[in-house]
Amino acid sequence: MKYAIDVRNLTKKIKNNVIVDHINIRVQRGKIYGFLGPNGSGKTTTMRMLCGLLSSDEGEGHCLGFDFKKESDKIKSRVGYMTQKVSFWEDLTIRENLEFTAKMFYEDDIEKRVRESLENAALTPHADRLAGTLSGGWKQRLALAACLIHEPELLLLDEPTAGVDPKARKEFWETIRRFADGGSAVLVSTHYTDEAERCDKIIYIAYGSIMAEGTVAEIKSGFSSLEDSFVYHINESLRNKS
Amino acid sequence: MILSFAKIRAILKKELIQLKRDRATAAMVIFIPLLQLLLFGYAINNDPKHLTTVVLSRDNGIFARNFIVGLKNSEYFRVTGEIKSDEEGRKLLQQGNVQFVVTIPDSFSRNLMRRRNPSVLIEADAADPVTAAGAVGAAGEILASALARDLKGAPAFLRIDNPNPANVIIHKLYNPEGFTNYNIIPGLTGVLLMLTGIMVTALSLTRERERGTMENMLSMPVKPIEVMLGKIIPYILIGYVQAAIIVAAAEFLFDIPMSGGWFLPAVALLIFIICNLALGLAVSTIAKNQMQSIQMTMFIFLPSLMLSGFMFPFCGMPSWAQTIGNCIPMTYFMRIVRGIMLKGSNFAEMSQNFLALLLFMCVATGITIKLYRKTLD
Repeated sequence: MKYAIDVRNLTKKIKNNVIVDHINIRVQRGKIYGFLGPNGSGKTTTMRMLCGLLSSDEGEGHCLGFDFKKESDKIKSRVGYMTQKVSFWEDLTIRENLEFTAKMFYEDDIEKRVRESLENAALTPHADRLAGTLSGGWKQRLALAACLIHEPELLLLDEPTAGVDPKARKEFWETIRRFADGGSAVLVSTHYTDEAERCDKIIYIAYGSIMAEGTVAEIKSGFSSLEDSFVYHINESLRNKS
Repeated sequence: MILSFAKIRAILKKELIQLKRDRATAAMVIFIPLLQLLLFGYAINNDPKHLTTVVLSRDNGIFARNFIVGLKNSEYFRVTGEIKSDEEGRKLLQQGNVQFVVTIPDSFSRNLMRRRNPSVLIEADAADPVTAAGAVGAAGEILASALARDLKGAPAFLRIDNPNPANVIIHKLYNPEGFTNYNIIPGLTGVLLMLTGIMVTALSLTRERERGTMENMLSMPVKPIEVMLGKIIPYILIGYVQAAIIVAAAEFLFDIPMSGGWFLPAVALLIFIICNLALGLAVSTIAKNQMQSIQMTMFIFLPSLMLSGFMFPFCGMPSWAQTIGNCIPMTYFMRIVRGIMLKGSNFAEMSQNFLALLLFMCVATGITIKLYRKTLD
């Protein structure tokens, strides 16, 4: 089983709008995939469908070897999903958040897992602070820690570094690189081209369709920079629409 | 389906921590009951009409018949039937099906003719004292005017030196001293539990959706029923705390008797609380944000307040209102609590109300499970 995600013809319609239009996604294990595209292009919707948070209108395939439509419970226990919006409980402390998350995945050794998670994220000294009072960088660190606590085989990260300072972003990418080196797959959406350069592969989506796919070098070829390439693909996509 | 109690417990713990840190909600849960208790307990009054009445007539004379016609024509009483025995009347009162039983003794007409000043007996369900108090006046008037019509011409001599040829005797059952509080407080228990119960659960889920934590929760391997149980159980406990506050206040401030013991009210309370919490969760599955869930809570709460028999005597409401009232869990809870606290009713007498409440609980829970979305669609 080479692919962590192998899904074809994935489609989502809301009323008469096609949000995601028959896309094929393949994500290899041990690699970081950058998921790029303009706002409203269907990145979040795609990620939500992959981990069973949204139903899909069409499409078939597998996520971690499970039918992504029928076995979302099994997929959920093996996927770490980090939402775009801050989505932990702000009126709980860091420790309580991690504890709660751990209990949703495990029956035993909760205390040990929480302790390790706090240490890995260097959050131990702040463990008893209310999550709502943390700064942006710390919040993101907590979110990632909560996401990794059950050692997922696949990470779906939805704009995880939006509003985070450069140092925290660098640490963040080091963490997920280590994680991918351990054999898990990562699909991460971002708007930053410097982050896109760190990815093993890039999937470029615009207005519900995949416009380009490949390594950074492949996407760049023929353009002066990644940015130029993206702008070209957005214009192309708009032209197709009209 | 195997439920994970560890997960339910984890959610439960999370809810309690959040509740503890959410001062506003905690205050709402504790202080609103107290405030309203004082407000309603001291301030509510009402003016009822068309109260259900049955007549037990042992006399077929002209005076008795005219008195019954007078009752039927009055606005205050609504005669729903005639009965044959005292026991029948007592049973109807005990079940809360009628407000009054009017008994006309045999030889009423004969005694009247002999200037023996006979009496009509009205047995009143005085659990709601306002209605009972009005009955004395109203029935006296009706009897006097019936006699004024009948005692003309030849029988007019009966009125000479005898301004009241016949009397009305009122026998107030269940709340002889006529304390309004006796009636208000048990009902208020229901009102308060309903308001806070629905609102708190509705808010607790819509808040998760509004803050985005629902997305997080849904991405975890936890079953809807586990989430719902984890959310409901803390509020069941809180419901009992609220009930305890109200009952304690009832004891100390209003001296309300507890004639029927504690066990039955506690059971009714459990069913009623679950009804409300299920309703609250149902609201939260439909409402898009916290504001909407408050509005929808009010939408459920107001009919319950008006049509359950809390504000106005149930028997005195128009039939369309009674039909709606019969679909409201509070109606049944109110009857049970009033019946048990004030009348000392037993389970057999209240079994219909218990059944109705239980049925409502099952339906509400079923709807909620059906409505609960496992996805963000």
